[in-house]
Amino acid sequence: MTGLRRLVGTTAFKLSVIYMLASAIFAGGLLLYVGWNARRLIDEQIGQTLTAQINGLADQYRIGGIRRLSAIIERRSRQPGSFLFLLLGPGGETIAGNITGVSSAVMANSDLAETTYQRFDESEGQPVVATRGALVRVFTLPGNNRLLVGRDLEERERLNAVLGQAIRILIAALLVFGGLGAFLVARRALARMDAMTATSQAIMAGDLSGRLPVSGSGDEIDRLAVSLNAMLVRIGELMQGMKEVSDNIAHDLKTPLTRLRNSAEEALRTSNSKQEYRAALERTIEESDGLIRTFNALLLIARAEAGAGVDSFTAVDVSSLLLDLAEIYGPSVEEAGCAFITDIAPGLTVQGNRELLGQVVANLIDNALKYGVPAQPGASAEVRLSAREEDRKLLISVADRGSGIPPDKRAKAVERFGRLDTSRNKPGSGLGLSLVSAVAQLHKGELRLDDNDPGLIVTLELPLPA
Amino acid sequence: MLPGMRILIVEDDAEAASYLVKAFTEAGHVADHAKDGLTGYGMAEEGGYDCLVVDRMLPKMDGLTMIGALRGQGLQTPVLILSALGQVEDRVKGLRAGGDDYLPKPYAFSELLARVEVLARRKAPQAAETFYQVADLRLDRLSHKVTRGGEDIPMQPREFRLLEYLMRNAGRVVTRTMLLEQVWDYHFDPGTNVIDVHVSRLRAKIDKGQAKPLLHTVRGAGYVIRDGA
Repeated sequence: MTGLRRLVGTTAFKLSVIYMLASAIFAGGLLLYVGWNARRLIDEQIGQTLTAQINGLADQYRIGGIRRLSAIIERRSRQPGSFLFLLLGPGGETIAGNITGVSSAVMANSDLAETTYQRFDESEGQPVVATRGALVRVFTLPGNNRLLVGRDLEERERLNAVLGQAIRILIAALLVFGGLGAFLVARRALARMDAMTATSQAIMAGDLSGRLPVSGSGDEIDRLAVSLNAMLVRIGELMQGMKEVSDNIAHDLKTPLTRLRNSAEEALRTSNSKQEYRAALERTIEESDGLIRTFNALLLIARAEAGAGVDSFTAVDVSSLLLDLAEIYGPSVEEAGCAFITDIAPGLTVQGNRELLGQVVANLIDNALKYGVPAQPGASAEVRLSAREEDRKLLISVADRGSGIPPDKRAKAVERFGRLDTSRNKPGSGLGLSLVSAVAQLHKGELRLDDNDPGLIVTLELPLPA
Repeated sequence: MLPGMRILIVEDDAEAASYLVKAFTEAGHVADHAKDGLTGYGMAEEGGYDCLVVDRMLPKMDGLTMIGALRGQGLQTPVLILSALGQVEDRVKGLRAGGDDYLPKPYAFSELLARVEVLARRKAPQAAETFYQVADLRLDRLSHKVTRGGEDIPMQPREFRLLEYLMRNAGRVVTRTMLLEQVWDYHFDPGTNVIDVHVSRLRAKIDKGQAKPLLHTVRGAGYVIRDGA
């Protein structure tokens, strides 16, 4: 029965059993305490009644002597459900009463005491065989007569019996229902765990689309399943991303590699002069430089997306970084016939990687130069680099006056190799914006593409520490 | 032509090493090859090299350990680290271990050559030169004045630094990335021809209307300032 052993071995089962035992011990203890208290109360009450009886009988004795007392005792003894009486003379002989068999030690004691007795049968005057328990009190009358008044303990014993039974039933019920509960809980937990194990084995076997079952109860196992599922989604995305990258690399590197190979081959076949060879080789080197750049950009993106470099974050003076970039790029922008406008608030700093931030702003300016030239002639070309703080966010934006990107194509523009001109006739690797996006994510920020009306405004939003 | 230098290449890939030895030899230098860190350490310790080119991943003793050990021996020979790891953190790690420059693979040989030539020059005693002179172009580091043929050329601070770097390495080719690193202190790929625009503006200032241009473009490599073509 490995199934049962597995069930008993579950944490749920063990916890249920421990809980059940603890409940049984607590409930039993509570009942014992109640019983003990009830007994004490009953004894106290009996003691008080006995004292009252003795006082009344002692009064009768004072009024009418031993005769009167014995007559009263005889009468009271015959009443059904009566107290227990025993009147002894100075020599210890029985004068009146309805019981016998009380030890002489009890008769010598005046405190409330527990003893055993035998009772005369009320009709026949024979002692009843059964010895029973009673709570008695003895009073010594003048003339050395001793009067015992007592109360049978049957009620108290019945209470004890009832309580004892209650404890037994309770414990039995707890064992039965608790055991059943533990079994059911364990079986349910085991079933869910088995389902999870089966799913994760399927996932390990390579089926990343599998998800762990969620019961909907919102308990801890559900929460675990939900976060594991979120992890699976993320892993799936990363795997998908990797696959896309390798597909894209294969595609995007194959084209220039083929071109490289063809031009080298052609040069070998057709070149006659040293100059022609030289020109062909120079073209070859240029092509390979482009390949290296694409490779480096891909590596940079992959590293940023994997979260590398977070531990080397330092306080970056964004204002001076942007002024540096403005200085580096200013001449190129002006050379391209664009006005270069900077609007950089002073004293902006952020925790980050200076080189990566520099690279992404450089990419944005580069893009603005490539794609930001106005479509209609005569329109004034401009590239605007601005930075400011807003709502605990650092906003760095680069805006141009080009044809912009339609809203439905903006997501595509951020993708790797996501160049929008399908002819791909403009220079560039198609990796610029995806690097910007990856670096934004690395800094827990966002990349936003908006309409500059006309043109494109790209904003890098970096959160500032609160 | 500059006098040839002695270069030690510590690289475990035999093919890459023999290519480098050949290329440095063709550039007029003498290059030796060590195939692992331990051999490289022994050869470098004997001295006599103007520059070491060290791969990071080496058998027997890795590149950074080797450099650290050499620096511990008080060897001051400039070291250029070659590495497949091109990230900023790796660069910082390499420079902290005692490297003087860091070039991620894959690289263009022209870039490596330019960097090695500039590094090797550092070994020469760095007298606090107060001015640089190439033909009739003179840059005064103290007064921040640039003159050509005795005539003042007004300079922006960054143009001055650019010219200063070029003139300090007069006769040696400096690449675009070297300029971005040395003049602006950035280590990223500038993309378009940003550096070219700065250089051509500088060229307009110093060479315009002159019979003999001094600032030359070296195709596929970078720029050089020198007297004569």
